[in-house]
Amino acid sequence: MGPTNSLVSWIDERFPLTSTFKQHLSEYYAPKNFNFWYFFGALSLLVLVIQIVTGIFLTMHYKADADQAFASVEYIMRDVPWGWLIRYVHSTGASMFFLVVYLHMFRALLYGSYRKPRELLWILGMLIYLCLMAEAFFGYLLPWGQMSYWGAQVIVNLFAAVPFLGPDLAVWIRGDYVVSDATLNRFFAFHVIAVPLVLLGLVAAHLIALHEVGSNNPDGIEIKKKKDLATGVPLDGIPFHPYYTVKDLFGVAVFLAVFTSIVFFAPEMGGYFLEHNNFVPADPLKTPAHIAPVWYFTPFYSILRAVPPMLGSQFPGVLAMGAAVVIMFLLPWLDRSPVKSIRYRGSLYKAALALFVVAFLVLGYLGTKPTNVWGQFGPWLGGADRATVVARVFTIVYFLFFVLMPWYTRVDKTRPEPERVTS
Amino acid sequence: MADNIDQGGNLAASTGVDPGAGAVDKRRRRTLIAWTGAAGAVAGLGISGPFVMSMFPSERARAAGAPIEVDLSKIEPGMMVTEEWRGKPVWVLHRTEGMIERVPSTDGAVADPESRQPMQPDYARNELRSIRPNYLVLVGICTHLGCSPSQKLEVGEASGLGADWNGGFFCPCHGSKFDLAGRVFKGAPAPANLEVPPHTYLSDTRLLIGEDSKRG
Repeated sequence: MGPTNSLVSWIDERFPLTSTFKQHLSEYYAPKNFNFWYFFGALSLLVLVIQIVTGIFLTMHYKADADQAFASVEYIMRDVPWGWLIRYVHSTGASMFFLVVYLHMFRALLYGSYRKPRELLWILGMLIYLCLMAEAFFGYLLPWGQMSYWGAQVIVNLFAAVPFLGPDLAVWIRGDYVVSDATLNRFFAFHVIAVPLVLLGLVAAHLIALHEVGSNNPDGIEIKKKKDLATGVPLDGIPFHPYYTVKDLFGVAVFLAVFTSIVFFAPEMGGYFLEHNNFVPADPLKTPAHIAPVWYFTPFYSILRAVPPMLGSQFPGVLAMGAAVVIMFLLPWLDRSPVKSIRYRGSLYKAALALFVVAFLVLGYLGTKPTNVWGQFGPWLGGADRATVVARVFTIVYFLFFVLMPWYTRVDKTRPEPERVTS
Repeated sequence: MADNIDQGGNLAASTGVDPGAGAVDKRRRRTLIAWTGAAGAVAGLGISGPFVMSMFPSERARAAGAPIEVDLSKIEPGMMVTEEWRGKPVWVLHRTEGMIERVPSTDGAVADPESRQPMQPDYARNELRSIRPNYLVLVGICTHLGCSPSQKLEVGEASGLGADWNGGFFCPCHGSKFDLAGRVFKGAPAPANLEVPPHTYLSDTRLLIGEDSKRG
């Protein structure tokens, strides 16, 4: 027995090292037919690590003080050795986090990964997504630029739209009557400790839940139903390590090539990752001409803008925006199809999913633009903004995808699922 | 680890993922793992560079640590001024002829009379620990635990340090004593003489603290 082995057995007598490694890696059997779409879970984990590490180093130089915050970010960019790199990796990481998480979620829609027995796994994932949105929102205030300031102003005022309690709620969130130093300090606390703690806990729970029920696959069938009688190992399963660790490492290499290209050559991404107005210090007396959230929030922002005020209140729009996120939690129970994977679903689901994707992208695009981006209709439609009408249509499409799902998934003509996974 | 990989290889063979996996070339596998690991280690080392380096003093801190200039014409004989350099007190003492004469008399009482420890630039490694005998330049931080000693320039009882006190510095924290050349007395908790910072004379009356010589 070599020194490494004896150290491992010393630890094993005191801590389940080998058994944990086996349970989650070398003897965690994942379906052998994973494809491209299965990279994005591991990549989200990678981006999480990148964000935490770069975040820690940014915290060493950043000042959470309304008088110093903007200057301290510029100080990081100009004076701190390699500060520009660490900051650009962090800001690019925020956008890439949402990109990989959106692709990860789309994968679940493709192959029915949220279906029984993975409902809780889906809910944990949705909670992670909520945390991520909170994390991004709180973090965006910290540079204390014009978009930081007015973005936070608009979002906090959404809470002011809640009937009765609203105005007091908004003051309580801000800790002041306007977004101010008090707001900046608490958002900093949420961004660097509160939300990340919850996020890490949820990620651990997400992985534990995944390894309990096992991974879904592009065929949407349960590999646990066909096991090797002698070993109890699923016939279509292969050990996560080394097969998928190596596959994911390749994905990581390609992803990092894209990631670093953005960091080095287009960290602002034409104003989509870092908005131009945010290079101007926050000015509570002057709102920029055009306010838009960062791209990953724009589909929901479009829905907010698309819903007209009712009874003199903005609340319906706020409600619709909230519902657009919350309704995703219900997916496992809305889907009544006898099959999980899009491979065996009929044309109805395929059309519905395609429409949903188009709606999400169009809403996302419109959210980055002012409402008059496409001009106005003629008098026959009351001279309404074309973009607003389109956003309303696609908001309806967005919700119909969910609301009609119990119907169209049941009547859809499906093909029978195979017994074993296909290559 | 190797056992798990073998198991995986055999499993793959039985499930038909890779028909060639039955015959495992262990040598090749070890080589590939070693090279992959080495490449990963190099990448990890490379990326840790910026993070480690970001913790060094920033350009702002470096600018604050730039050399400072002191006008000697304003310091009367027997007087001392305290300047700030890199956030630390730096003393410039204009020693009188009497003070200079008293320094050798403490040679027997101090721990390092010849300044053997590297607490000064080479050009100040002499009995008076200075370039010019009249001017003593010291970092005013006790070498024990970092307090700033007080001036006790008077001689004898007036200093409050006893009749045989020849003038020097006294640290209020733990009682270390230093003479008029910043040399620590034997038996004091401080392990070394007070530090002489790099300094140079730009002219008869202009002293530059923080640089050994004027750069071109």
